Amino acid sequence: MLRDKDRFLNILLISPSILAVFIFVYVFIGWSVRVSLSKWKGLNPDYTWNGIQNYLELFADPRFHVDIRNTLIFTGVFVFGSIFLGFILAVMLDQGLKGEGFFRSLFLFPMAISYIVTGVVWRWLMNPATGSRTSGLNLLFTNLGLDSLVNAWHTTPTWGIAAIALAAIWQMSGYTMVLYLAGLRAIPQELKEAAQIDGASRLQIYRYIMIPLLSPVTLSALIILGHMSLKVFDLIIAIAGKQLPLDVPAIYMWQITFDGLFYGKGAAIGILLLISVAVLIIPYIRHTLKTEAQQ
Amino acid sequence: MNKKLFALLSILVIASMSLAACGGGAATEAPVAAPAATEAPAAAEASVASMGGAVEVFSWWTGGGEAAGLEAMQGVFAAANPDIEFINAAVAGGAGTNARAVLATRLQAGDPPDSWQGHAGQELIGTYVAGGQIEPLNDLYEAEGWLAVMPETLIPLISQDGNIFSVPVNIHRANVLWYNPAVLEANGVEVPASMEEWFAAMDTLKAAGVIPLALGEQWTKLHLFETVLLGTLGADAYNGLWDGSTDWGSPEVKTALENYAKVLTYANSDSASLSWQDAAQLVVNGDAAFNVMGDWAEGYFRELGKAPKTDYGWAATPGSNGVFQFLSDSFVLAVGAPDPEAATAWLTIAGSKEGQEAFNPIKGSICARTDCDKALFGEYLQSAMDDWSSNVVVGSLTHGVVANDSWKTEIDTALGLFLANNAVDGFQSALVAACASSGPCK
Repeated sequence: MLRDKDRFLNILLISPSILAVFIFVYVFIGWSVRVSLSKWKGLNPDYTWNGIQNYLELFADPRFHVDIRNTLIFTGVFVFGSIFLGFILAVMLDQGLKGEGFFRSLFLFPMAISYIVTGVVWRWLMNPATGSRTSGLNLLFTNLGLDSLVNAWHTTPTWGIAAIALAAIWQMSGYTMVLYLAGLRAIPQELKEAAQIDGASRLQIYRYIMIPLLSPVTLSALIILGHMSLKVFDLIIAIAGKQLPLDVPAIYMWQITFDGLFYGKGAAIGILLLISVAVLIIPYIRHTLKTEAQQ
Repeated sequence: MNKKLFALLSILVIASMSLAACGGGAATEAPVAAPAATEAPAAAEASVASMGGAVEVFSWWTGGGEAAGLEAMQGVFAAANPDIEFINAAVAGGAGTNARAVLATRLQAGDPPDSWQGHAGQELIGTYVAGGQIEPLNDLYEAEGWLAVMPETLIPLISQDGNIFSVPVNIHRANVLWYNPAVLEANGVEVPASMEEWFAAMDTLKAAGVIPLALGEQWTKLHLFETVLLGTLGADAYNGLWDGSTDWGSPEVKTALENYAKVLTYANSDSASLSWQDAAQLVVNGDAAFNVMGDWAEGYFRELGKAPKTDYGWAATPGSNGVFQFLSDSFVLAVGAPDPEAATAWLTIAGSKEGQEAFNPIKGSICARTDCDKALFGEYLQSAMDDWSSNVVVGSLTHGVVANDSWKTEIDTALGLFLANNAVDGFQSALVAACASSGPCK
């Protein structure tokens, strides 16, 4: 039991951050919701009530359909790719090979780079030019005689966004690897030994013991990567600029608000993004808090 | 060792938290002020103390010839107004994307700079006149006699209801067809004057294995689009698109859209991954024959060490001979400018012969005035100056002259969808809808 004085001090110490979070997060969310329900178009605020008209227009907007499709493709490729690659890397590093620390840092390094830098490098690597101007990965493939791998990367119709996801996988799979490595190390050695005594093969050990025990890690990775991919913006801008085939909600929001001055519609996209991230994150936070409370 | 590290980390965390708390407390008073705004008012106060006033000029000229040109013009200003301090509040970022977002925030917070840069025409008028943020400048134009030295057809494009709202400092031309003279000669192709001639020329080039048209990312396709509209419709009908007198749903516009769709078939396949520089470079390197880009490309060609007429040639885009499709950087007078007299002094210099002659040769553009000294400019710019004083002037869409920002964004979205699905009818109906939603069409 805390003494009253301590309790008072605790509240006092924590209040500035609570206040700041309240104003700069929740009040502004509320304000954005209000803007998204208004007719605000142009530089001057206009809070004329517009109901859910902005949302309805977005759902009928063919560009927003492109955005949703792109987000789904990007999220699918990026999350699956990062988790798959991260898991493989973690298992490989877990074999107790020499120089583990070196490889761990090597795989983790891309995460320390900003998306803009990644984007600039991958923009060059994924150059779709043909003929004498071929460069980057396409040139490498040609020189290795792997001509069938040469492709148009992010300029491929419909699936171009998946090429962007490749760069994102490169950046985030190291991080996923660290998550999995920590998970693998936390599994008691006895379980593996017991399974070995029972005659389980290596594959069976992973299939029936390790992977099920790693499911909380997979869930965390899914959520962390998932909400990142919903918000992706800088990577696409750095690789391809503002081009409609690679459009995502965040880019549309920026363009329609600051280039087009449709503040109401821009706020509506922002709120939709917030909702989609919240759907992913809130159950996870509740679950985590519950588990912590039980402990 | 570990303990030390932990102690260090804790100190770091506590320090950053207290900093964050301070920041939070201070910012509550002006929650919408932009980060860039915090510096300027402090500087302004300092200069007020030293008497004589100050003018804060907001632009996105932060590098290259633009920044150097602004500096030269600032020199002219300082010589004429030694007691007024010039505050250069430039925000970096291509074509002003970031600067405009910062400016919007400052204006919403009621903290305008005295004068700011904007593309002359509807980009300024549609945004800031509609918002009541800039003053008409007719008196200044009359006092300085600018109406006599600027093209007659320019004035309506930078005015609304008879009020002139900005001072154009420089002029760029959008409808320029750049070509590689050696490539054209090798394939026996003449410089095309009409859309039909252009298609025929590009057919020949395509058959010879040359890329007929070099094209870059989406905005360069919007740029190409406006020149095809102009080349197909002619100056009068093109102007009519923007004041509502030409119907976007008309068969003529449809012909223009079909022409545009056809032009695109001659372009390089990797256009989406090229910047305008990459695309322009294909022409001077001999990989491609034509490129449609504004005349800032000429400055880039010179930077690459290429010579006019031998490494690159130029003409008006097909069908637009005798028409000058312009864009311009211009400066405005803010409503509620902290120091309107100093701001007017700045605008006077920006519109003066001395100011424009100092700025433009460095920036690589021509004067908005028609009386600048031709000897200061290179070969291409001299020919542009001749055209500027003799041609019919129309405005550019991509660069903010003829359509307000909302309308332009809607057209850009329609264009993007068209590039993906190639449906001319859908494109046209989206353009009709865009004109009704943000343009003058009802």
